[in-house]
Amino acid sequence: MSIEAIDLPMAKKTEAPALSYRSKVGLTRLALVLVVFGFWEFASGSLFSTFWISKPSLIAAYIFKWIFYGDFFYQLSFTFGSMIAGFTLGTVLGLLAGVVLSRSQFASDVLDPFLVAINGIPRVALAPLFVVWFGIDMLPKIILVFTLVFFVIFYNTYAGIKSVDRRFTDLAFVMGANANELFRKVILPASLPHIFLGIKLSIPYALIGAIIGEFVASSAGLGWKIQMETSLYNTTGTMAGLIVMMFIVVAMNSMLAVMERQLLRWQPTSRFATAQSQ
Amino acid sequence: MSQSADLVTSSSVLQDRHSILKFTDVIKKYSSERGSIVALNGISLDVKEGEFLTIVGPSGCGKSTLLNILVGLETPSAGAVVLDGANTVDRKAVGYVMQNDNLYPWRTLRENVEFPLELRNIPAAERRRISARYLEKVHLADFADAYPYELSGGMRQRGNIIRALCFSPRILVMDEPFGPLDAQTRLLLQNLLLGLWAEEKKTVLFITHDLHEAIALGDRLVVLTARPGRIKSSHPIDIPRPRNIRHLHENAAYRALLSKVGDELAEEIQVQAGVH
Repeated sequence: MSIEAIDLPMAKKTEAPALSYRSKVGLTRLALVLVVFGFWEFASGSLFSTFWISKPSLIAAYIFKWIFYGDFFYQLSFTFGSMIAGFTLGTVLGLLAGVVLSRSQFASDVLDPFLVAINGIPRVALAPLFVVWFGIDMLPKIILVFTLVFFVIFYNTYAGIKSVDRRFTDLAFVMGANANELFRKVILPASLPHIFLGIKLSIPYALIGAIIGEFVASSAGLGWKIQMETSLYNTTGTMAGLIVMMFIVVAMNSMLAVMERQLLRWQPTSRFATAQSQ
Repeated sequence: MSQSADLVTSSSVLQDRHSILKFTDVIKKYSSERGSIVALNGISLDVKEGEFLTIVGPSGCGKSTLLNILVGLETPSAGAVVLDGANTVDRKAVGYVMQNDNLYPWRTLRENVEFPLELRNIPAAERRRISARYLEKVHLADFADAYPYELSGGMRQRGNIIRALCFSPRILVMDEPFGPLDAQTRLLLQNLLLGLWAEEKKTVLFITHDLHEAIALGDRLVVLTARPGRIKSSHPIDIPRPRNIRHLHENAAYRALLSKVGDELAEEIQVQAGVH
């Protein structure tokens, strides 16, 4: 079979060029960041007034002080805590709902218009009501995050399960799989890419939910902090809050990317592999 | 129904064997709002234990429907399919190789081969032993831990074949398994299949639209008509085994059958295409 071993597409992929490609991407990204921040640093005070757009060096100093002498960790844990709690709740229940409704055509037909209607409510409009119901502590934020994450996860799980290739389930049936085995060994792994996409998409929503909750009524959190600094015309403080939020999303995404690489390593195209072959 | 000279060949030996699979007057109709279509119009077929039966027919004649009925993916509108004397075909007794490459992409080659063994609750160590033996047989031992996307089409189809064989099914059902492969890989896999078949002595039901392949592999060849599918003719293939597929064209019986059945098949293909 040596003839076939040669025309094998990518079983023997060498690591070396992938690494150098990776570092090329990394370096270019770094350069991009330096250019943007460099221009910002230069433009602030010369092209625009520092009062409006602050300055990277000022923001860095602010964050440094905030972390070591201020209430950074308290604000962070408030926002991050409600975000994670709502995200976890939304993911678990969204998955469950997606699985259950994809298994029951009747239930999904009955519930479909209601789900669309509920998902159509702008969450900003719900936030004040949640304050009335649940106060101004973390609970209303958790629930707001939940209402956003739940639908993203639910719809992706549902679509993932519904789009599992007929060939895969037919074959398992022919090989003698029962309903339980069919679900665990075929449907779930086949829809995992969809589910993961849902989880990744829902992270920014989780942050949006937490921040909106804090904007409406709160006594703590990054959103509350940003609002307060903005109301004091302290653009440096506002920018610092925004940059911390960006870090949260990027950090969570990278964590998920590691998990995804592990769980979905059977997928043919990593981002780097496709980019390279073009 | 041709009956050739009294040679000691595979087909005459088969007459002593008992029947393992029997289709009796199988009819399949599909009804929709625009009327009903008859896909299979009374198929009766008797497959002997250990027989390698090939079925050819014009595309769209209901070949795949016949197999889907056998494996339980579709139910016949009338008639019966009896495997091993049982009226309901036990799914776990059938190994099925589909036309499309159908390894599960989220499983490694080894895990794919072991899938039917898992469904039969065979312990992990035993599964491992069986899969290793079969991977070795089709020269894929080195690729046991590769994912399907890392394998060539021919390798994947070899994986499909041993996945359908490794749990010792009573019958191996193959639906145009080599259709999408290039000519060289096809030849390689045809030889490999004949080798496996000689070792395992399985009953094989093999569907193809390639007449060369049908004659080269089978003990007996059944020709289906254009839709609605009926059995047009059945021919024993009196070519001694082991066969070397690359040199079959030198065999007179092969050439005779090829030209005879080729004419029959061409007729049906014209009917199916609406050319009279």
